[in-house]
Amino acid sequence: MSDSVNGFAQGGADLELVGVTKQFPGFTAVDNVSFTVPAGSFFALLGPSGCGKTTTLRLISGLEEPTSGKILVGGKDVSNTKAHQRPINTVFQSYALFPHMTVLENVAFGLKQRGVKDAIQLAHEALALVELDHLADRKPMQLSGGQQQRVALARAVVNRPALLLLDEPLGALDLKLRRQMQIELKSIQSEVGLTFLHVTHDQEEAMTMADTVAVMNKGKIEQMGPPAELYELPATRFVATFLGQSNLFDGVVSGTSGKVVRVAVGKLTLEVPTSRSKVTSGEITVGVRPEKIEISRSAPAASATRSVVGPGTVIDTSFTGVSTQYVVDVPGLNKLTVFEQNDGDIVAAGSKVWLSWATEYSFGLPMDTDQFVESDTTTRSLAVAKR
Amino acid sequence: MKLGKYLLPLYGILALIYLMVPIVYTIAFSFNDSNRTNIIWNGFTLNNWLNVCDAQGVCEAFGNSIVIAIASTVFATVLGTAISIALVRYKFKGRAATTLLLFMPMATPEVVLGAGLAAQFLNAGVPKGMLTVILAHIMFSISFVVVTVRARVAGIDPRLEEAGRDLYAKPSQVWWKITFPLLMPGIVSAALLAFALSFDDFIITNFNRGPVNTLPSFIYTAAARGIPAEANVLASAVFILAILAVVITQVGGEINRRRLKASA
Repeated sequence: MSDSVNGFAQGGADLELVGVTKQFPGFTAVDNVSFTVPAGSFFALLGPSGCGKTTTLRLISGLEEPTSGKILVGGKDVSNTKAHQRPINTVFQSYALFPHMTVLENVAFGLKQRGVKDAIQLAHEALALVELDHLADRKPMQLSGGQQQRVALARAVVNRPALLLLDEPLGALDLKLRRQMQIELKSIQSEVGLTFLHVTHDQEEAMTMADTVAVMNKGKIEQMGPPAELYELPATRFVATFLGQSNLFDGVVSGTSGKVVRVAVGKLTLEVPTSRSKVTSGEITVGVRPEKIEISRSAPAASATRSVVGPGTVIDTSFTGVSTQYVVDVPGLNKLTVFEQNDGDIVAAGSKVWLSWATEYSFGLPMDTDQFVESDTTTRSLAVAKR
Repeated sequence: MKLGKYLLPLYGILALIYLMVPIVYTIAFSFNDSNRTNIIWNGFTLNNWLNVCDAQGVCEAFGNSIVIAIASTVFATVLGTAISIALVRYKFKGRAATTLLLFMPMATPEVVLGAGLAAQFLNAGVPKGMLTVILAHIMFSISFVVVTVRARVAGIDPRLEEAGRDLYAKPSQVWWKITFPLLMPGIVSAALLAFALSFDDFIITNFNRGPVNTLPSFIYTAAARGIPAEANVLASAVFILAILAVVITQVGGEINRRRLKASA
């Protein structure tokens, strides 16, 4: 035990996964995943339910053993240690507060296990951090969901682990509380300076909170990077559709000229900057985000830097307040989704319109017909299934 | 319906009286100043209560019953709890068969069980006595312990134990600090049930007791020549103790609930 106590630095530590694979009978949950989370950063693992993100988390915490690969914390290989020996703590999705202990006993549990002298004092401080010290003597059952969530956070943070894992900890909260907790969590993270690894299926949550987002699908990491980079330049069809919405057109490269790749989509030709295209020959999928598209009632003047399609027909108009969402049917293309800022001018359904966007906003992806997003199986069932 | 207004309470009262008569009778006749038989009311006395061990064999039989009940309860509860955890938490070969076998003692008529055991002890050359009775009681109590504790084990979120491991608790510490306290209510009720089953078992005991008398077997034998009033005293005492235990746990639980509510 003394060994692991030494692993408790004041700040966080780097986490490194090297070729980690986890196979369950019949399927591979995590498939050769490698990534590095720098000390003190906020890293989000984003993906649909069943993509392997919770299993990845359980591998890191030591609750599961990898089939192959290595897990390093602060440069030290922890692959062969048990969960209780790792300087890692988890905030569980269901909070997993001990119902037979008071809030204070819950928070002090980890410290007492490690034989920390002023465990009670530190537990009070951690509870003060989440503004719940006045409820220290209650049982977890007497607290609201949001309060339980904060106790779970305090119980993990109080140990000053090298790495804090968050398994969809905000999933059970209502939207308003969730937004509030996101801000709180982010501020606690910068306050205590720990390395946070947050697992979520909520792309908005991942983007607002994390420094780095890794998008996971079918046990593999599809793309990793700062949220804005992922959003503006997705690398795969899955990322383009899971992280926000995208209009995607399948086509064939018909030629390249200098800085652009020309793509034939049916009878139309679209252009993508070469620097933003993963593919420069053969089959390709061209994408553009809905808010980058401009809608106009008359054909816009031709321009070298803009792509224009149309005329098309507005099939659906939904007013959301801040913006208006249009679905436009353009012959030869799919139905396009367009977000237009609310400038007071709403185009009615049935109108004839032209769509245009700056070519520099479009991106080119390898064509991937296998873009099926797995249906929801809750991540909780994984833990149960393991038993 | 005016009639229903009176009929239902009347029915309730009659049912209660019907249930209570034997108990009241037993308690009342523990104060009977009986000479040889304790069948006819012969006047009030406290002598039976004050000199309860005077009747030959009563106290010895009572003591045997207590020893057997405690021993079989301890073993049955420990084994039954372990079996429950194994059945709920782990998948292993023969799990379904084990579950089925556990139900067998509950489904089998006691006479069959008792006679079967007696034959086995005879074959194995084990002399009948305290040991054989305790073994028999452990056997049938385990089934009831498993049924009671298993529900409790299934009700514990495995994530709690994972959280314990995550918070630096070794497997043994996870058990003592998390699993065991959470299982405690189930284990306690299982133990009480096992104790009660053992304490008043007659049929299986009678097949396997040899020369040893338990309270039920003593009363059974004594009934032929008239049950001594001291047996009524012991029966009443056990009844009162049981009622007290129930009242104490109920009141304690209620006080606890109110305190929790007050602090909420």
